[in-house]
Parts: sequence; structure tokens; C-alpha cells
Amino acid sequence: MAAQVVPVIAKLLEDYQKTTSSKLKIIDAYMTYILFTGILQFVYCLLVGTFPFNSFLSGFISTVTSFVLASCLRMQVNQENRSEFSSVSPERAFADFIFANLILHLVVVNFLG
Amino acid sequence: MITASRSSQLGATTLLTIVILALAWFVGFASRLFAIVRFESIIHEFDPWFNYRATHHMVQHGFYKFLNWFDERAWYPLGRIVGGTVYPGLMVTSGLIHWILDSLNFHVHIREVCVFLAPTFSGLTAIATYLLTKELWSPGAGLFAACFIAISPGYTSRSVAGSYDNEGIAIFALQFTYYLWVKSLKTGSIMWASLCALSYFYMVSAWGGYVFIINLIPLHALALIVMGRYSSRLFVSYTSFYCLATILSMQVPFVGFQPVRTSEHMPAFGVFGLLQIVALMHYARNRITRQQFMTLFVGGLTILGGLAVVVYFALVWGGYVAPFSGRFYSLWDTGYAKIHIPIIASVSEHQPTTWVSFFFDLHITAAVFPVGLWYCIKKVNDERVFIILYAVSAVYFAGVMVRLMLTLTPAVCVLAGIGFSYTFEKYLKDEETKERSSSQSTNTKDEKLYDKAAKNVKSRNAADGEETAVSGNVRTVISIILVIFLLMFVVHATYVTSNAYSHPSVVLQSSTSNGDRIIMDDFREAYHWLRENTADDARIMSWWDYGYQIAGMANRTTLVDNNTWNNSHIALVGKAMSSNESAAYEIMTELDVDYILVIFGGVIGYSGDDINKFLWMVRIAQGEHPKDIREENYFTASGEYSTGAGASETMLNCLMYKMSYYRFGETRVGYNQAGGFDRTRGYVIGKKDITLEYIEEAYTTENWLVRIYKRKKLPNRPTVKEATIPIKGKKAAQGKNKKGVIRTAKA
Repeated sequence: MAAQVVPVIAKLLEDYQKTTSSKLKIIDAYMTYILFTGILQFVYCLLVGTFPFNSFLSGFISTVTSFVLASCLRMQVNQENRSEFSSVSPERAFADFIFANLILHLVVVNFLG
Repeated sequence: MITASRSSQLGATTLLTIVILALAWFVGFASRLFAIVRFESIIHEFDPWFNYRATHHMVQHGFYKFLNWFDERAWYPLGRIVGGTVYPGLMVTSGLIHWILDSLNFHVHIREVCVFLAPTFSGLTAIATYLLTKELWSPGAGLFAACFIAISPGYTSRSVAGSYDNEGIAIFALQFTYYLWVKSLKTGSIMWASLCALSYFYMVSAWGGYVFIINLIPLHALALIVMGRYSSRLFVSYTSFYCLATILSMQVPFVGFQPVRTSEHMPAFGVFGLLQIVALMHYARNRITRQQFMTLFVGGLTILGGLAVVVYFALVWGGYVAPFSGRFYSLWDTGYAKIHIPIIASVSEHQPTTWVSFFFDLHITAAVFPVGLWYCIKKVNDERVFIILYAVSAVYFAGVMVRLMLTLTPAVCVLAGIGFSYTFEKYLKDEETKERSSSQSTNTKDEKLYDKAAKNVKSRNAADGEETAVSGNVRTVISIILVIFLLMFVVHATYVTSNAYSHPSVVLQSSTSNGDRIIMDDFREAYHWLRENTADDARIMSWWDYGYQIAGMANRTTLVDNNTWNNSHIALVGKAMSSNESAAYEIMTELDVDYILVIFGGVIGYSGDDINKFLWMVRIAQGEHPKDIREENYFTASGEYSTGAGASETMLNCLMYKMSYYRFGETRVGYNQAGGFDRTRGYVIGKKDITLEYIEEAYTTENWLVRIYKRKKLPNRPTVKEATIPIKGKKAAQGKNKKGVIRTAKA
């Protein structure tokens, strides 16, 4: 199994380096960063506990949603998906992204307690 | 020249659309006013009285006080945390409208706002339905659907003026959320998805039925994935909707952590996870060979799927996620509630729907909506899958519970709109295109209405020649028949609204043999009596149906009310009602009851009275106190439920029987009838000489509809002539240690 999986992943990485535009790489870097914050929070909750549950939830959901929104933005901006998002220009996609983040973080601040 | 005519055509279409929607709003609003014209501007039924009381409290004390409101007048002696156990959307909406009107210097009493809220929202529902249908099919179908929903009896039943309940605004929120969901799926835009989440938040704050949305949308997403219709737009709209909706819904105090803690919300989360994997697969598929793809993902997917199921059950087992609730099971097994949660089964609107009520509530749309469904299946696309799933699931739920007819109605209206619109497009337009080829003079008004469809039809004509083969006469006849059906629908809807759904049930109406109307205002008479003649903190025991009304109209403390959150407390009241007088007295003393209120319809033939509900009191009491209360004891020897000649001894001695029929034996309805003839049940009661020992009659209304009894204080014990016990020593001991004194006194 592992013998099969490793070359696949290696190929994916190589492919990624070659074909991805720098704009998308920035978004990917942002997503990786969020992923680590998410993992960090999860480890923290496993070690310490989720006591103020609303604070934990708002923190964790904030990271998950940021990640998801960034991946949505990435999809919309990606040239490969141009045909699917005919009505969404990259600028519009970014504005939408900011709008959704605004709502999200207003709610998170409210929920943080 | 061409652009000018096109823009003028567009202008005319827009104008026509706006006029039709405005008229739909107006008609929807006006047809809901029967109750006000016949009776007065009054809050109806039971739950609306609580909503009104809560709104009143909010307007008086402000929003934050309302959220922290602890109502000590309900559920005596427990009280109720209102702010945390209520969907505040309704109160906030009417409070906001009141505030806006107030700041514009229109000083309206909050009651008027509450009374007229549901009719006003019916217009908004019509517009939301128009938008939804427009996204699903065509603007023409949207107009049909909007007109249907505006007057459809299934929706009117919950939104007449005065019916101030959550459903009134929730159906609007439901339709609007669905519209935004379809829109966001079509465009794949984060903005529409965020707006959909906001609309969902409004829905969550308004009605418990939001669970339907949070399961239907994931079901739609899942169906699309299974059908191989996955697209990046689906990913964008679903994931951003789900994440925002989850955290938004947790802002409503009553919902709290439920979105991450209960099984009802877990399917949505599961689909969210699934979509991530599918998106990843999709991303990788273009970059590696098919062989590699299979090894990487088919293996990975099975492991992850198995893991998810295991984790779910581990979480349920570990108590982190609550298993599905009883209400959920009762949706799948209609007998479940009767056995396990009689309190849910006892509500008439939780009974399975009869076939008649489908026709009664939907009329012609019930017959036409399968046609629309068929068209949607035939010309399926991403968003039509949604309406198919919506219709199918709503039909199922409407069959299980009468109450859920309400969620079916919008789906039926949308699909019937599609059915009618499509048929008319075919049958009216084909003729016109033919005529147009011969002469240009056609009905201009019709042309404007269906101009968009015309283009489609023209191109379609060539494709399906068989449909053009239908002769002009047949087409005309069918069109006329359909128009007649539509007219009949209007007549039926008006008739049903006026006769079946416009009764406040607080005020009763009957007619004499000459046809004159008689208004029976017994409920308000009784509540007013309570308000004026009892102490401010008097506790009133009644069956839970009347709790909200007593609190709202009489402003007195109640033991149980329509919130029904505490089954054992209700069972205790049920036990008191079904025990004999002395046992009931003990319970009433424990509960500090001052007055007991029963509804009795035997004099005027009102069938919704307490004797008819009595069996449920017995059942609920039996659920908690199986030793003291047995249902069989209340039946006659032949196993019937009766208060007449053959009634069992337990029945004749229980408090409910005594309170209902006290002094009833003296009454005489007609000349040749014996005394004590119960008009509701249609027989003479079993025992006429009823004496009361522990309670006394306090008040009986004009038509005997409401009877109020007072719990007597215990009679004084016979006085002792000389004080044999030295009082001085006792007093001294009391000062030191109270408990000690009681113990010694007992010993």
C-alpha cells in the first residue's frame, strides 16, 4: 500500500510545484497556516479540555470556516474552474470572501463570551 | 428600434410581475382578515397568547431583560426561564416593527402589530416563493406559485390575523432560505451562501422547524454527489453555508450547542466532511492516472467512512452527542409517540393526516403538483433535484403529522405553479405562434405574460412535433377547464379560510335556528373574573391547554401550560384531575392550588372540552403513577369511554367528573328531556347528585363553558376547652431549635 501511495503523493507534489500559479500558492500558504492553528487548538482541547465550550467552539469554528472560505476563494480564483464560475470574477470572489469573513468574525466575537 | 421594443417589453413584464405580486400580497392579506371582521382584533388560540405575552414583556422591558426573563407565574412552583426556552424571532420581529412605527410617530398598540403580523408576512412568503420558483423554472411559474401560496388553505390555517405564532413568519424564512440556497448553488458565490446562512439564522430564531432545512440541504448535496453532479459550485455554496449557519444558529439561546451536540444535526456535518473528501478527489483526479487514483481514494474513502461511523457511535455512547430524540422517532414510527410520549400524541395536530385534509388544504394543487414534479424529473438539473427532494420528504412528513402539512404547502404550491405554467405555455402559446405566422394580431396582454416562454416554445416546436398535433379545439377546451379549476381553487380557498380557519377559539360562535349569530364569550368572561376576583398571586390549576390563556388573559399563576417541558408536573395535574376528591385534595395542597378551572361543553355541545380530553390526562398520569391511576378503571364494563349510565365507579368519583357535572343534574335542555342531558356526548350523565367536600364552586360562566372551583381550607379542628399543654416552655424551645421541637412534639 505505502509503496503505491508514496509515488502518487510525490507526483502530486511535483505537479503542484509546476502548475500552480503564485497567486494560488499564497492562498495555499494561508490555508496551511490556518490548518496548523486548527490542529494546535484541537491538541490543546485534547490536553486541557473544552471547558468554556463556547470559546473553544468559536475558536475552532473560526479556523474551520476560514479554511473553508479560503478554499472556496481558491476554487473561484483558479483558472481551471473558470467555466464553472462564469458569474464570479476574481475581484468579486475576493469581495465575497471578505463579506463572509466579516459575518463570521462578528459572530465569533459575539460567541467568544 | 429592436432594443427599444425589447426594453419596453421588459419594462412591461416587470410592471406586470410587480402588479401581480402586489395583488397576491393584497389578496393574501385581505383573505386572512375574516376573523377580525367577524369577531375583533384579538389573539387566537393558545400558543399565540404566550407569544403575545412575551412580546408585550419585551416591548415593555427591553430586549436584554426579555432574554433574562424568569417567569415565576408559569409552572408553579418551578417557574420557567423564558429567555432560554423560546424562539425569539417572532417577538423580535414584531418588536422591531412596533419600534419602527413608533419612531415614525405611528403609535400602534403592540397587540395590533401581533395580530396583523402573520397576514403581512404571507405577502413576503408569496414573494419568496416567486423568487424560488423563478430560480427553479421560470418567472411565469413563479407568479403562479406566488398566487397559490398567498391563498392556499394549508398555509392560511397558520397565518390568519390573530394567529400570532412562529409558523407565520417561519414559512417566509423557510422559502427565502431555500431561494438563497438555490441561488447560491446556481452561481457558486460565497455571498449568496452567506446570505443563505443569515436567512437560515432568522429561521432558527423563529421556529424549531429549522431542523428540516439543516437536513434537507445536506440531503440535496448528498443526492447531487451520488448522482455524479458534484461541482465546485456545490462545494463553495454548501461548505460556506454550513460553517456560517452552524455558528450563527448557536447564537440563539434556545438552540445553544445543539448543532454540535445532537444527532439531528450530524447528517449535515457528515455531508460537510464528505464534500471535503470529494473535493480533494476531484482536485487530484486530473493530476494522476486512473489506476493510482483508485488505489489512493477507494481505499482511503472506505477507511474514512468506517471511521466516521465508529466515531459517531463512540460519541453517542460517550454522551458527547445526544442520540435522536423521541420526536424524531415518532416521525418514522407513528405508533411510537402513543406508547412512549403520550404528551406529544395527545395534541390533535400531531395525529396522522387523513386523505380528506390533503384535499381540504391543497385542493387542486394537490392534484396538479405531481405533474410539476414529473416535469422537474423529466428536465432535471442541479436545483430541480432540490425541489424533488423537498416535495417527496414533505409529502412523507405531512402524512405523518397534520401539523407538518404546513411544510408541504409551499412545495406543493411551487410544483403546482410549475405544472400549470408549463401546461399553459404549451396550450396557449402554440396557438399564438401559429396565429402569429398568419396574422400579427394576437392578444397583446397574453403575449406580455408569456413572452419569455414564447422564445423557448418556438425552438421547441420543431423538436417535438407530436405535441403540436393536438388540435386547436382540444387546446382551447383544456385551457378553459384549467382556468375553471383555478377559479374553483380560489372559491375553495376563500370558503375554507372563512369557515374553518378563521375562528379565534377564544370566542365561540354559533347560530340560532333563524340563522342569527350568537357570540359566546365564556372564556374571556371566566378569565376576567379570575383577574378581578382572585388574589394577585393565586395559583390556578387547569389542564395544560389553558395555561397560556390563563397567564395571558387572567394574569395569574398557572401550574402547567402549553410549553409541556415537564412531563411529571403535567402528570401530577393529570393525577389530581383523575383521582377521587380526597386524593386530589392532597395533591392540590402540596401544589398550593387555590382555584381549579375546567372547561365543560355539555350545555352547549362544545366538543373540545375537558371530559373529551380526559382520557389523555389519565394516560399521562398513568405514565408517571402507574400504581394509582389505571386507564381500564375509567372504562365501562363493555370497555367504552363514557360518562353516561354505565360509567365505572372510578369515573363517577374522579375530580374531573365531579367538577364538570356538579349541579348539572338540575339543568334541563329541552322540554321533553331528562335533567342532566349532556349535549356533547349525547346522553344523560351517570350520576346526578354530586356533592363536593373539599372544593366549592366559585364561578360558572353563562354557557357553563368554564367552571372555576375553589379549594376549601381545611375545617378547623374541634377546639379544646382548656389549654392543657404549657405554652410558655414550647415558645422558649422554639426560639432555640425549631427542628427539635417538632420532633419532640411528634414523639
